[in-house]
Amino acid sequence: MKNKWFISLMVLSMIVFLAGCGKSSSNSSSGESSVLNGGAGEKATELSYWTFVELHGQHFEKMLEKWNAANPDRQIKLNVTVMPYDDMHNKLSIAVQTGVGAPDIADIELGKFPDFLAGDPQLEPLNDVAEPYKGTVVQSQLDLYSKNGNIYGLSTHVGATVAFYNTEILEQAGVDYKTIVTWEDFKKAGIQVYEKTGKYMGTADTSATWQASLLLAQQNSDFTDADGKPQVNTPEMVRALTMLKDLQDNNVISTIAGGQPDTEEAYGEFNSGNYATAFMPLWQMSRYTNYMKDLSGKIAIAPLPVLEKGMHRSYGGGGTGTVVTKTAKDVQLAKDFIAYAKLSLDANIEIWNTLGFDPINMSVWDMKEVTHNPDNQFVKYFVNNPFDVLNEIREEINLIRSTSASPTINNVLCTVTLNEIFEDGKDIQKALDDAQTQIEQELK
Amino acid sequence: MIKNFLYSQKVAPYVFVLPFVLVFIIFWVYPLLSSFGMSFQKVTLGQEAHFIGADNYTKLMGDTIFFKAVRNSAVYMLLTLVILIPFPMLFAVLINNKSMWAREFFKSAFFFPALTSVVVAGTIFRLMFGEMEGSLINSILGVFGVEPVKFLKGQTTGFIALVALATWRWMGVNMLYFLSGLKNIPDDYYEAASIDGASAFQRFTRITVPLLKPTTIYVLTISIYAGLAMFIESMMLWNGNNSPKNIGLTIVGYLYRQGIEKNNLGYAAAVGIVLLLITMVINLTQLAFSGMFKKEED
Repeated sequence: MKNKWFISLMVLSMIVFLAGCGKSSSNSSSGESSVLNGGAGEKATELSYWTFVELHGQHFEKMLEKWNAANPDRQIKLNVTVMPYDDMHNKLSIAVQTGVGAPDIADIELGKFPDFLAGDPQLEPLNDVAEPYKGTVVQSQLDLYSKNGNIYGLSTHVGATVAFYNTEILEQAGVDYKTIVTWEDFKKAGIQVYEKTGKYMGTADTSATWQASLLLAQQNSDFTDADGKPQVNTPEMVRALTMLKDLQDNNVISTIAGGQPDTEEAYGEFNSGNYATAFMPLWQMSRYTNYMKDLSGKIAIAPLPVLEKGMHRSYGGGGTGTVVTKTAKDVQLAKDFIAYAKLSLDANIEIWNTLGFDPINMSVWDMKEVTHNPDNQFVKYFVNNPFDVLNEIREEINLIRSTSASPTINNVLCTVTLNEIFEDGKDIQKALDDAQTQIEQELK
Repeated sequence: MIKNFLYSQKVAPYVFVLPFVLVFIIFWVYPLLSSFGMSFQKVTLGQEAHFIGADNYTKLMGDTIFFKAVRNSAVYMLLTLVILIPFPMLFAVLINNKSMWAREFFKSAFFFPALTSVVVAGTIFRLMFGEMEGSLINSILGVFGVEPVKFLKGQTTGFIALVALATWRWMGVNMLYFLSGLKNIPDDYYEAASIDGASAFQRFTRITVPLLKPTTIYVLTISIYAGLAMFIESMMLWNGNNSPKNIGLTIVGYLYRQGIEKNNLGYAAAVGIVLLLITMVINLTQLAFSGMFKKEED
């Protein structure tokens, strides 16, 4: 009799123990989570949102307050989780594809987006909620996240690429950045800067393709052909990298810790004034205001140098598409909210105010009271007004396509090819031919 | 009825080994068979899988990055074997020596790194081996007038950092294995040898090393496996799975890149099967050579 009791007790305790295990492990995703209330009432629907950029959460917080005030019967609480770039995309990919554990709303970076569009996308088409904003926002930004006529992601910004010059270093060297029009001018200025100050004019990027992209865009070329097939060993690409390599050989540009301007190590290098220029999309402004505070009042924004006069002076770099997953708790609510938070005029104004991005509703670009607001942190930080430059180049912003081959192209160039060229001095044509072979092999 | 069943001498052993067998089948045999099957398919999560024959394997044989990963893993494994077997053995002997000063302190000091998470350790080593002048190793080299080295961008220097991390982390653990092995060697042997006039070196080579053989083989076996399966150390050191020129890419890293990052699970399964084969072949050969399959002599 005693034995039976003992066995029953053991079994019972095991069940309790196991049940306890099950409960505690559910709903845990690493990363920092916080629930944004936005003035929502008791009945509000809680939606989860994953992102890899902490700042994006700040924008959503502002828009959430406005949404909840305007829609008392459809209020939302947003559970924001911020994870590192790779982690978030990997987790999201698995969650979305298996249909288990995905958030309701997520940010997907442009370079990773094609992976999520493969086959039958497990994301909700957003055509109906984007429709009312057509004509007010840049169409190519909607097309960027589309497949077979369906829009799957809502863009945050144009990402017009510009040059960020450190005027303090340039003044020491007696260089006026306004006179730099071509890369030849840039080279002359750079040689002068290196001779006078011992500092580099710019970076030779090894872990990102911003520079290669902008030089391809200037030549109306791309990493892929019209059919989306990879082409990284074109004459245009060779010309671009040969020019950059020549700059490196003349001590005008140099590789940087971290491999490109948008990394923690590079923020430190720029902050200590070791490099005078970064060629980056406009969103790099937020990195200056957040991570390079010492440079406040010293950084000027200007159009990019060009290979030949008359070429387009910018291209739209990077981007994030906000998506709604198929497993979202309330698909329509999530869709309506992200359209409101990213495409409405109000949202576009806030995207500039909070994030310092160039909004895709270009009518904001003409709103002087918004773009030249003296209290705006970005207006205060930079030597000249970003929108004066943006409006000057607004007709010259080319696009680099994002295709299903893009993630592979990006991976090969950023891990192998650019390092071989700028770190090891490998022959450019050879390095690019090898890259082409490797990319084709991986895409087989 | 149940009582008879549970108390039966024939059934009881099976009941007791059942949990192990179940765990083995569910978490080892089933995944192994299923990934073997997957390696002959094109599997993309969320889409229908379809059979493609040996395509994944033929693609793998032409994949230079995969071979780079195999080479990296093999070199890493060899380096860890060369460092992490003789040195821990030597230190264990030193610490085991009764005349050694502060033995307990050294034991815990050597073991301490094993308690640190790889994530933290990898991050700290990444900062230490940073390419800027101010990073720890470069500032030490600077004292001797050496120019800053871009450690994590070169194959050799990158591996120095990687092996330094492995050594720092695993030295203590292997030492502990050897210490426990040493405890099993009776003191009488050493006494007898001393009386016969054997030197310390002779005692070490003739008594300690041969009697530590089972421990050494155990450490060797797990080190081969750990070396080939290394992943997180590299991932933390290079802050991601994509090191410059893939200098830190390992077989498991490549499996992760294909399966998780590129959502190409069939191909990743093929990588996994090849890794299993390599590990099995090396370990079985090693065990056969060291005589572990022979019957124990009475």
